[in-house]
Amino acid sequence: MAKMNLLQAINNALDIAMADNERVVCLGEDIGQFGGVFRATSNLQEKYGRDRCFNTPLTEQGIAGFAVGLAAQGAVPVAEIQFADYIYPAFDQIVNEAAKFRYRSGDEFDVAGLTFRTPYGGGIAGGLYHSQSPEAYFCHTPGLKVVVPSTPYQAKGLLLAAIRDPNPVLFFEPKAYYRASVGEVPEEDFELPLGEADIVVEGEDITLLAWGAQMNNLRKAADLAEAEGISCEVIDLRTLLPWDVKTIESSVKKTGRLLISHEATHTGGYGGEIAATIQERCFLYLESPISRVNGLDTPFPLAHEKEYMPDQLKIYEAIKASMSY
Amino acid sequence: MGDTANRIIQPAFITGADLPIPTLSLLLADGSLREGAEVPALDKELAQKMYRDMIYIRVLDERMIAAQRQGRLSFYLTCTGEEAAVMGTVAAFTLGDMIMGQYREQAALRFRGFTSKQFMNQMLSNNMDLGKGRQMPIHYGSRALNFMTISSPLATQIPQAAGYAYGQKLQHLEACTLCYFGDGAASEGDFHAGMNMAAVLKCPVVFVARNNGYAISTPTSEQFAGDGIASRGVGYGIKSIRVDGNDILAVYAAAVEARKLAITNHEPVLIETMSYRLGAHSSSDDPSGYRSREEEDKWRKKDPIARMKNWLIDRSWWSEQEEKQALESYRKEVLDALKSEEKRPPPPLSDLIKDVYDAPPWHLQEQYEALKAHIDKYPDNYPATSGEG
Repeated sequence: MAKMNLLQAINNALDIAMADNERVVCLGEDIGQFGGVFRATSNLQEKYGRDRCFNTPLTEQGIAGFAVGLAAQGAVPVAEIQFADYIYPAFDQIVNEAAKFRYRSGDEFDVAGLTFRTPYGGGIAGGLYHSQSPEAYFCHTPGLKVVVPSTPYQAKGLLLAAIRDPNPVLFFEPKAYYRASVGEVPEEDFELPLGEADIVVEGEDITLLAWGAQMNNLRKAADLAEAEGISCEVIDLRTLLPWDVKTIESSVKKTGRLLISHEATHTGGYGGEIAATIQERCFLYLESPISRVNGLDTPFPLAHEKEYMPDQLKIYEAIKASMSY
Repeated sequence: MGDTANRIIQPAFITGADLPIPTLSLLLADGSLREGAEVPALDKELAQKMYRDMIYIRVLDERMIAAQRQGRLSFYLTCTGEEAAVMGTVAAFTLGDMIMGQYREQAALRFRGFTSKQFMNQMLSNNMDLGKGRQMPIHYGSRALNFMTISSPLATQIPQAAGYAYGQKLQHLEACTLCYFGDGAASEGDFHAGMNMAAVLKCPVVFVARNNGYAISTPTSEQFAGDGIASRGVGYGIKSIRVDGNDILAVYAAAVEARKLAITNHEPVLIETMSYRLGAHSSSDDPSGYRSREEEDKWRKKDPIARMKNWLIDRSWWSEQEEKQALESYRKEVLDALKSEEKRPPPPLSDLIKDVYDAPPWHLQEQYEALKAHIDKYPDNYPATSGEG
């Protein structure tokens, strides 16, 4: 075990993946010698050469299309989109190409090795265009896997699994945690399974569900509720597509209550999908309506970032409302 | 600032006229060579194969348009008029080279050995379609033939071809990628992204821009204001050439050189083939609404197939008798294939949820089970799949 922050865990996972398989290639804007604007790819070019870790021109659609072609050729590209806010020019290549590559060819071709990494989320005074959480757009696309780690341990284990998964994976990294989140991480190669949620804290009265950058708020809210005698089961979804319905379902059948929280805007957010599925499966077990504590339906603000955020107090209030429904 | 080389002291703007792009042209309409032109190294066997495959495609296109009109196919798209642009390029490449096409390059598939039955199976979405009946007619693909499955969104294959070629380079393969697209697709953002990445990252890819004058109804005069597509290649730092796309020898000569450059230097090359889409954009289109009969007739006289035939006959590599026999056998081959393959059933229902991922996850399995139960309840409404048992 070693102490790492989330960025170091990412860098370590990339290092291991590149050492383990010479077909792993990292590409993106500024990721070469500079090591990326957040330094996630530090020293990789030095270690593995310019052919395997390189800067691209400033074109997200180009990066995505190039990575799709590389993966179709049998390489294992890990493409960085510098901020998730800038992923939209690549939307067609991800949604229409990468996601449908295997299906439309009848499995003649695939992009099995493809992974997109991108920092997402607020908390860094980034305003509209350095704060977004666009995961729901991609969760609406069959063929993609969508993964969001919340700790250095998860970041390493899930990224190694994502790179080796035989499907295109979008890996959203909570940039607010890049340096703030520090934890023990095994130094050796290891993977955490995709598609499995993690029960972080067991509890009896209400299930709290979130992922990535929202996990700290969720845990703080659980602590506030605990002090008032409310026992919260805290679950980290980790993989959004395909998601671990069984774990959430059995938790909600036990607690009778569910609260979902994400930083992304409320309407059309992924919480709605989870809420609908869980009410279908747990209708007779529910003691209160499924609660969602999300970002507002505005573009991501700057001066009012704190007000916009679904922080621990908003979650805490929603827990109490659910308990006293 | 002591450097005076290439400095000017009055504002003078450069224009496309400062870079006039010549057109490579070897073969005249009557099959004779332009004065001083040399025939590229092309033996009789290959020349005959190229010609045979071109007339096969002409036959296939005629028969499939007829079949579409009869309601036997939902959709079709011909290559008529552009056979030389495709055949002259693909013939210069080897099976180890990946082809990433747009959708009008069926001649390349034929050249590599795609059978009449394989064409039919794809167009009929039956249980022998390599694509498992998932895409509209003409979206062919074959791993065995290194022909990437066609995707409807335009130009997406351009940055992908750059990436594919980069992967070939990383593996030190004696291979490159051949990427086709049209004059309309070259307006998409992916064209610019892909060309630039291919140049900067030194990818062994040969881009073939089939400039056929139209994107559905939009003429090139309403598509771009510059000098075609070749001029753009220069801007990206890509060696570029314009060729008469109806001149099989010019196209082949350019393609042989282009492949050599791509493989030897690890660099992209752009070929712009100047041709004309003699047919409609697709079976859903009627060109009489946007272009004149006179214009079409003018281009019909430049038919690339007639031109190659004249050249072959001129050197006694082909005869009217062989032509007649070949056309008869291709018509029979195509119609026999259509008749036999249209009897095949659609792919099994279970294919519906396959290949979304490497294996169907829980939610797809659940949806599939629910669908099967529903079909069992209302079998008459789903005749294609209710009898599977």
